Amino acid sequence: MTSVQTHHGDHAHHPAGVMRWVTTTNHKDIGTLYLWFSFAMFIVGGIMALVIRAELFQPGMQIVQPEFFNQMTTLHGLIMVFGAIMPAFVGFANWQIPMMIGAADMAFPRMNNWSFWLLPAAAVLLVSSMFVPGGAAGTGWTLYAPLTVQMGPGMDLTIFAVHILGMSSILGSINIITTVLNLRAPGMSLMRMPMFCWTWLITAYLLIAVMPVLAGAVTMTLTDRHFGTSFFSAAGGGDPVLYQHIFWFFGHPEVYIIAIPAFGVISQVIPAFARKPLFGYGSMVYATASIAILSFIVWAHHMYTVGMPITGQLYFMYATMLIAVPTGVKVFNWVATMWRGSLSFETPMLFALGFLFLFTLGGFSGLILSLTAVDVQVHDTYYVVAHFHYVMVAGALFAAFAGVYFWLPKWTGRMYDERLGKAHFWLTLVFFNMTFFVQHFLGLAGMPRRIPDYALQFTEFNQISSIGAFGFGLSQLLFLYVVLKTIRSGDRAAQRPWEGADSLEWTHLPTPAPYHSFETPPLVK
Amino acid sequence: MNQSAPNYYLPQPTRWPVVGSVALLLMAAGAVMWMNGAAAGPWVVAIGAIALATMIFRWFGQVAGESEAGRFNRQVDASFRWGMSWFIFSEVMFFAAFFGALFYVRVLSVPDLGSIESRLLWPEFNSAWPSAGPSFTGRFTPMAAWGIPAINTLLLLSSGATVTVAHWRLKENRRGPLSLWLLLTIVLGATFLALQAWEYGHAYSELNLKLSTGVYGATFFMLTGFHGFHVTIGVIMLTVILFRCLAGHFRPDHHFAFEAVSWYWHFVDVVWLLLFIFVYWI
Amino acid sequence: MTRRVASRTIGIGIGAALAAFAGAAAAAYQWNLAPGVTRSSQGVYDLHNIMMGIILVIFLAVFGVLSYAIYAHRKSRGHQAAQFHENTTVEMIWTVIPFFILITMAWPATKTLLAMRDSSNPDLTVKVTGYQWKWGYDYLKGEGEGISFMSVLATTPDQIYGNAPKSEHYLLEVDNRLVVPVGKKVRLLTTANDVIHSWFVPELGVKQDANPGFVRDTFFRAEREGIYRGQCAELCGKDHGFMPVVVEVVSAEKYAAWVAAQRARMAAAADDPNKKWELAELKARGEKVYGQNCVACHQANGQGVKGAFPALDGSKIVNGPAQGQIALVLAGKPGTAMASFKQLSDTEIAAVITYTRNSWGNKAGDAVQPADVKAQRK
Ligand code: HEA
Ligand code: HEA
Ligand code: HEC
Ligand code: CUA
Ligand SMILES: [Cu+2]
Repeated sequence: MTSVQTHHGDHAHHPAGVMRWVTTTNHKDIGTLYLWFSFAMFIVGGIMALVIRAELFQPGMQIVQPEFFNQMTTLHGLIMVFGAIMPAFVGFANWQIPMMIGAADMAFPRMNNWSFWLLPAAAVLLVSSMFVPGGAAGTGWTLYAPLTVQMGPGMDLTIFAVHILGMSSILGSINIITTVLNLRAPGMSLMRMPMFCWTWLITAYLLIAVMPVLAGAVTMTLTDRHFGTSFFSAAGGGDPVLYQHIFWFFGHPEVYIIAIPAFGVISQVIPAFARKPLFGYGSMVYATASIAILSFIVWAHHMYTVGMPITGQLYFMYATMLIAVPTGVKVFNWVATMWRGSLSFETPMLFALGFLFLFTLGGFSGLILSLTAVDVQVHDTYYVVAHFHYVMVAGALFAAFAGVYFWLPKWTGRMYDERLGKAHFWLTLVFFNMTFFVQHFLGLAGMPRRIPDYALQFTEFNQISSIGAFGFGLSQLLFLYVVLKTIRSGDRAAQRPWEGADSLEWTHLPTPAPYHSFETPPLVK
Repeated sequence: MNQSAPNYYLPQPTRWPVVGSVALLLMAAGAVMWMNGAAAGPWVVAIGAIALATMIFRWFGQVAGESEAGRFNRQVDASFRWGMSWFIFSEVMFFAAFFGALFYVRVLSVPDLGSIESRLLWPEFNSAWPSAGPSFTGRFTPMAAWGIPAINTLLLLSSGATVTVAHWRLKENRRGPLSLWLLLTIVLGATFLALQAWEYGHAYSELNLKLSTGVYGATFFMLTGFHGFHVTIGVIMLTVILFRCLAGHFRPDHHFAFEAVSWYWHFVDVVWLLLFIFVYWI
Repeated sequence: MTRRVASRTIGIGIGAALAAFAGAAAAAYQWNLAPGVTRSSQGVYDLHNIMMGIILVIFLAVFGVLSYAIYAHRKSRGHQAAQFHENTTVEMIWTVIPFFILITMAWPATKTLLAMRDSSNPDLTVKVTGYQWKWGYDYLKGEGEGISFMSVLATTPDQIYGNAPKSEHYLLEVDNRLVVPVGKKVRLLTTANDVIHSWFVPELGVKQDANPGFVRDTFFRAEREGIYRGQCAELCGKDHGFMPVVVEVVSAEKYAAWVAAQRARMAAAADDPNKKWELAELKARGEKVYGQNCVACHQANGQGVKGAFPALDGSKIVNGPAQGQIALVLAGKPGTAMASFKQLSDTEIAAVITYTRNSWGNKAGDAVQPADVKAQRK
């Protein structure tokens, strides 16, 4: 690190204390901010989930009023998706991409700061919507018109929060795309980048393509509410279903925005613990790109029951089913990576394996949903809730846990407690399945989603699910403890604690990683 | 000024982003108050807007200063180019949502409201485009394409040409003509806006065509309105660039900001062409 | 935490989970789709079972391989890592094979769907309208033409809020069921009055959104008599969980009798629109109308729900001139949950308005007559 360093040189200007975090232009600081923000939102959204599960513990209304229940469902969905999962992976991107491609920082450090600091503004709007007259939006996270038109000022706050979240994602994506395309070290060709960088490059494209569309959808909602337009009102020639088309044109790619960076993390973790290079790197890249492209043309599988023509239903069914092919390629490649490796099962690997099993299960239930005829029976029931928690919690969230355990030594210079990490994994795994596996049965038996009270025959499965949810939540306290303990008093970590890990942050940078990653780009052979 | 600063420029910590976030928070909260009838709303929006304008001005000013000081090497320049291109792409997708809505209502929902089944609900509805929907009782006149809109098309197309000529002059380092062509572009853009404003007034006062005129009014005003908003931003940016030219900024081989604004201007131009075709003409 | 504590926590977790599963398995709960009583629902049931079979096989194959690797290729057994990292042939195979599996799956899926969508040549056509939060049924064509009624949740608030034991069909019972003849093709035209609802009865294999301002159609032909229950399946606001669908499928004779009874009831209930009503009489009638139409939002005590639904007790509009409230109830207030109630009869509107103007703290003292309402309809 002795190279001529002209431009960020005068360290005297660096503020300390809180202002360090407010003004920082450093990708690692910003990554850290993203990760802690995400965890805070996970707790907020998780507590909302617990309110839902507590009310659903038994039939009858016990704890909350129906309208408040709807608000909890809405905020839980929005906060988990936009506040917890997406920022978590942007946090990984910030920490890892510059280190993995041999860059000093992100391409636009100041804008990077803004991408993060937009999030708290959005979170304030979203959370404060609970405290205005009429409360938060009670429309579900999908914000379907015309129910949105009936809501109070909380709806407007939600709309603006979505605008700001969108800005944050767009700016963040522009940064990531530019960093990956323009800041790679000499010799680091695109096809030599670690898989994680590829998945984020593709995700960033998805984001800049669909976040503006979501912004458009909620803008139309806003003008329908306050300025007399009739986009979603039949009386004026519009159509409530139009909203759904626009929303899902965003919404379906959105679920891959959540899943694809998770694929990236898994693609780093599995080879490291199999001590064997990722199998089929090229086909992984093409598969990920195919998933992303296909995700633009399948959106109406969320709308099979709106009454579209049968040709539409058939087209969207076939297109949706196709996504199983590239996703299958990914699953098979991971399995092949492990095949004849030299496997060990530290916590990151356990979470990766948990991901592999349960995400695939969630993918299978997705495939069942893609069959229009079956979806007619299970659409808007708990079967769907089970499906998406398998892909988003056991998928994305497990991958995020895997990533944290995997990179924590590099970030903090200290090792986490392996035993506690494993305990966290097993508890999470068991309680996850307890919470969500039974929801498949509820859905098949016809229990609608987004209801605060249910018929008697659904009682037992709901009780299991609620107990599981509380167990799942408590297990996450253990995670918090493990992380804090690592930061405070973990054992010193080696430069490369994982034998099989071979990307630049392990091979070229000391542990903990220096404040500025690569002041001079490494030469990649 | 050297074109090859040794390292990729990494800026110091900055407080502008967080100012921008607070500004947006104020604007959003203020707008919500305003729309729901709280008296303080407009003031909160105004404070936020001033903060946002300050932040943009100071932030961009700082970047312009760094650029003129030669801090940016070719790699930084390339980053800016990637960044601006993908930003414009995201803007394209924003307009795509509204165009999508327009096509959807024209092709699907309005005809559907006139279908046999819909007779149950809207027995008298005649579903021909332009339509303001079955419960619109008044009459309105749709906007004709071959008056002001056609003139506006000419104005914007020629402004695309003039900004390109300005760019050529910049590359030849002929500063006088550069500023003149740029000024001409700004004038064309401003004229466009003035005509557009007049057209809105005409629509409201004589054609009974309003934002609330069913889905025709909604799509018409939202599409042209967002476009007009972008033209306004473009004109402001062009003006800033003009002042920077007058202040001696930019060199034949180093003028990313100029190019970014001209890309933006061309984008606004293309959107207008689509508007002209799909909103006004057919 | 020490190792012991950690492992004990895990133990408790697993134990709790297993106990809970065992408890559930002991009782006979529904684990799968209901086969149902229509071709559609049975088609879906079979389709779903076939698909689960295919998926199970794939799952076992993939995770059989994975499990073997986890067992045999672990470092702790001293397995050395091979270094291969691609194989075009294998990669081609596992791209192409799933593709063919999918085609195999698409075939029956398409057939089932085609059968579900053919709503032509119905014996009976019923218009289904979703309201916040009840269903309205209008028999448009076929035996029973002209019958029309609302169907509202019959479970009492006391049961919901735990002040009374819950009945057998808690939340799945209504005052007026949709009655249809067995074996007849019933076409439903769905629409809604305010927001989107969805008409869903699992055992009939029907779920169809009811979109405000649009008409969508679906059908069913129930093959067995019985009572089939479902719920609204699209979030429609506060009482989305409280608007069940109950369909009673009866024999042709019973259906004919039901139609006759309905006709008689409607004739008896039809009000003479020119009748002059007494205040007390109207108020009593109005209380019923209020209970069926307004109470969900404005509440029994007229206080509404703060922030969402205004109180009628003390409301300026209610205590102002009657015309104002008549106009509001007839037209609703666009953009709010206050929908138009023009589907109510003149007498019902007159009654409910009289009731609100003379209940709680409101003391207008006058009776609004059906003729007043009629005069204000456009
Ligand atoms: C991370 C997020 C994520 C991911 C990755 C997916 C993945 C998939 N989803 Fe999911 N989905 C959601 C998140 C996600 N989904 C959410 C949030 C909702 C609900 C939103 C709401 O309404 O609130 C939803 C809802 C949803 C619906 C609508 C349900 C309804 O409302 O009625 C459908 C219907 O088609 C669907 C299908 C699929 C399919 C086919 C996949 C496929 O990508 C899965 C592909 C994977 C596999 C199939 C497994 C691995 C493959 C193999 C091992 C190869 C061999 C396999 C075969 C040949 C079969 N999803
Ligand atoms: C990635 C996103 C994500 C994540 C991580 C989760 C996590 C969880 N979800 Fe969520 N969920 C969604 C996305 C997500 N969900 C979406 C999009 C919807 C649809 C919304 C809609 O219909 O509009 C939904 C809807 C949804 C429903 C259906 C609601 C309804 O239809 O009315 C339910 C019900 O069980 C549920 C449960 C849970 C539970 C128990 C968790 C748990 O995993 C949460 C666990 C976390 C914690 C509990 C917090 C952390 C721990 C602590 C704070 C420690 C303290 C704990 C204790 C004291 C016990 N979710
Ligand atoms: C789905 C919910 C809902 C139902 C059912 C409903 N209302 Fe309302 N009502 C509202 C809402 C919301 C408003 C407030 C509208 C606004 O924002 O001005 C309202 C406003 C009113 C007002 C004006 C009150 C005021 O002071 O502004 C009257 C009167 C009224 N309703 C009467 C009725 C009557 C009579 C019925 C039954 C026949 C009824 N409502 C059924 C939701 C409902
Ligand atoms: Cu009606 Cu949900
Ligand atoms: Cu989808």
